[in-house]
Amino acid sequence: MANVSIRAVRKAFGTTQILHGVDVEVDDGEFVILVGPSGCGKSTLLRMIAGLENITRGEIAIGGRVVNNVAPKERDIAMVFQNYALYPHMTVRDNMAFSLKLAKAPKAVLEQKVGRAADILGLGQLLERYPRQLSGGQRQRVAMGRAIVRDPQVFLFDEPLSNLDAKLRVNMRAEIKDLHQRLKTTTIYVTHDQIEAMTMADKIVVMHAGRVEQIGAPLDLYDRPANQFVAGFIGSPAMNFLNGNVRGGMCEVNGVRLPLPAGTSGEEGRPVVYGIRPEHWVLSGDGVPALVRVTEPTGSETQVMARVGDTAITCAFRERVAAKPGETIHIAPTPHQVHLFDQQTGMRLN
Amino acid sequence: MSATDTRDIDALNWVAPRRTPGTLARLMDNKAFLVCICLFPALSLLIVFLTYPLGLGIYLAFTDTQIGRAGEWVGLENFESLFHDRIFLNAVWWTVAYTFFATILKFGLGLWLALLLNNHMPFKSLVRAIILLPYIVPTVLSAIAFWWIYDPQFSIISYVLVDKLHWLDHYIDFLGTPWHARWSLIAANVWRGIPFVAITLLAGLQTISPSLYEAAMLDGASPWQRFRFVTRPLLMPILAIVMTFSVLFTFTDFQLVYAITRGGPINSTHLMATLAFQRGIPGSHLGEGAAIAVAMIPFLILATVFSYFALGRRKWQQGSDND
Repeated sequence: MANVSIRAVRKAFGTTQILHGVDVEVDDGEFVILVGPSGCGKSTLLRMIAGLENITRGEIAIGGRVVNNVAPKERDIAMVFQNYALYPHMTVRDNMAFSLKLAKAPKAVLEQKVGRAADILGLGQLLERYPRQLSGGQRQRVAMGRAIVRDPQVFLFDEPLSNLDAKLRVNMRAEIKDLHQRLKTTTIYVTHDQIEAMTMADKIVVMHAGRVEQIGAPLDLYDRPANQFVAGFIGSPAMNFLNGNVRGGMCEVNGVRLPLPAGTSGEEGRPVVYGIRPEHWVLSGDGVPALVRVTEPTGSETQVMARVGDTAITCAFRERVAAKPGETIHIAPTPHQVHLFDQQTGMRLN
Repeated sequence: MSATDTRDIDALNWVAPRRTPGTLARLMDNKAFLVCICLFPALSLLIVFLTYPLGLGIYLAFTDTQIGRAGEWVGLENFESLFHDRIFLNAVWWTVAYTFFATILKFGLGLWLALLLNNHMPFKSLVRAIILLPYIVPTVLSAIAFWWIYDPQFSIISYVLVDKLHWLDHYIDFLGTPWHARWSLIAANVWRGIPFVAITLLAGLQTISPSLYEAAMLDGASPWQRFRFVTRPLLMPILAIVMTFSVLFTFTDFQLVYAITRGGPINSTHLMATLAFQRGIPGSHLGEGAAIAVAMIPFLILATVFSYFALGRRKWQQGSDND
């Protein structure tokens, strides 16, 4: 096991800049998730850690050793690919044993390591099958088995669950997390799905357009997003953003006055973005009027799409809401759950 | 009205008014008739251009037909005389050797070329187009070009080796001595056959997912090991197909040899196909020529049977491909 340091790493393909100086510290045994929209450079960064892409500038160290010029196989890492990359002409056993065979491991070692990985992942019955004869989830497990067998310093996962159906994804999510808790191997995991990031990570790295937007524990990112991008990316349904101005200790949005969070140093007239998560609205008789457009009862909560002035917002109430489309409800934000951002820079103000 | 309403007898017994279809429409609904009418064009082409010539050839092989004289059934006489015919036996031996060496060289060089072309390089598509050129040129035209290259006096190879590099002190007699002529023909055949092999194998290489190579790289495989454990096994299915076609084409080769050497010198480069033509048309012994051609059939069946088993789906190819 080892820590991973990514220091001022840049990547360019020709004149196209992909990464603009990324710094991430991954502690020993930590489960870190790189998350961001498509094209933000997260997969490229992972491939640079694996050694499949070279590093244009900056350095990457694994276990204190700078690996910029170290061949992939010398880096002591194992990677699980998005399409699993199982060798189609090898059985499950041979797929998992391939790296050991290349390393000329004695047969007893090979049997033992493959057997152990198969036990951990419940693949014992499938060892003689070929990848084509497996279901998506089983292939996913074989790909993880191939990584486990090598006993690497670092596990790298490149969007491993994106080819699975929704239900299986939830199961595999738990399985991967459980696996990490048992093996305690440093893990770097790439995904575009913020739910995966929130549920699995010890630490999330939110990336956007080749830059790191924020690094932190899942709930820190949720509670105190550093900027508007992170605020909008983390959380589902997404945070509501209302453009307004600070006036007299309140935020004026479309002629509606909303309370500012405590300790806001908003000078008069400053244009701000008023951010409030759907679940932080409460029904309140003296709240602002909102015109209901659609209600979506999910059982555990009721989501209401409504309009405040001419801004569309989403609310999620724990209680059942009987409001019908076209009716007006009165809602109020929970002041200490409000996030205030600068309209120009998108940076957090409170 | 609900479906459980049984009081309304009329509605339940209502039947769509029946229209009597025309004779043609009824005929078109007849499956047997449709099968026949759809098979007819393909079958008639096959019968006229494949089955009839093949059948006639086999029939002629058992007669003593000559050009301008209908023959009589002579049974296996043609084959018996061929069995003692040293020129024919030599042609059989040479056809097998020609196919063997040409195929090995074509596949060795073709695979090498395909692997090169599978890498990233500038002007990739242009290079690929150039590689295909030998395949585009009509065979006879390239044969004439080789005829010049192998000319005893005007050969460019001799000119370079003797007059420019001074490595040799006399011009090479490419087509005048049996072994020189044989290797020269193999070289010409390989030159012509490489594009087919290279392009098809390249297509095969491109079906192999790059992430397999990346996975193998992380698993610690050297470039040679990646070729041996990933490329080779995954290329085998397409290699078997291409190999079968290549063997069939080379074994039945006629144009190159006939245009360059006409089977000479002293019949040393006659393939079975050229010998069959030589005996049958210029030599006017149609029956004997046909017998030589028919003698090729067992070899071709052998190659096809071999490929049938080699092409059988491997165990790892079975199952669904649902990713």
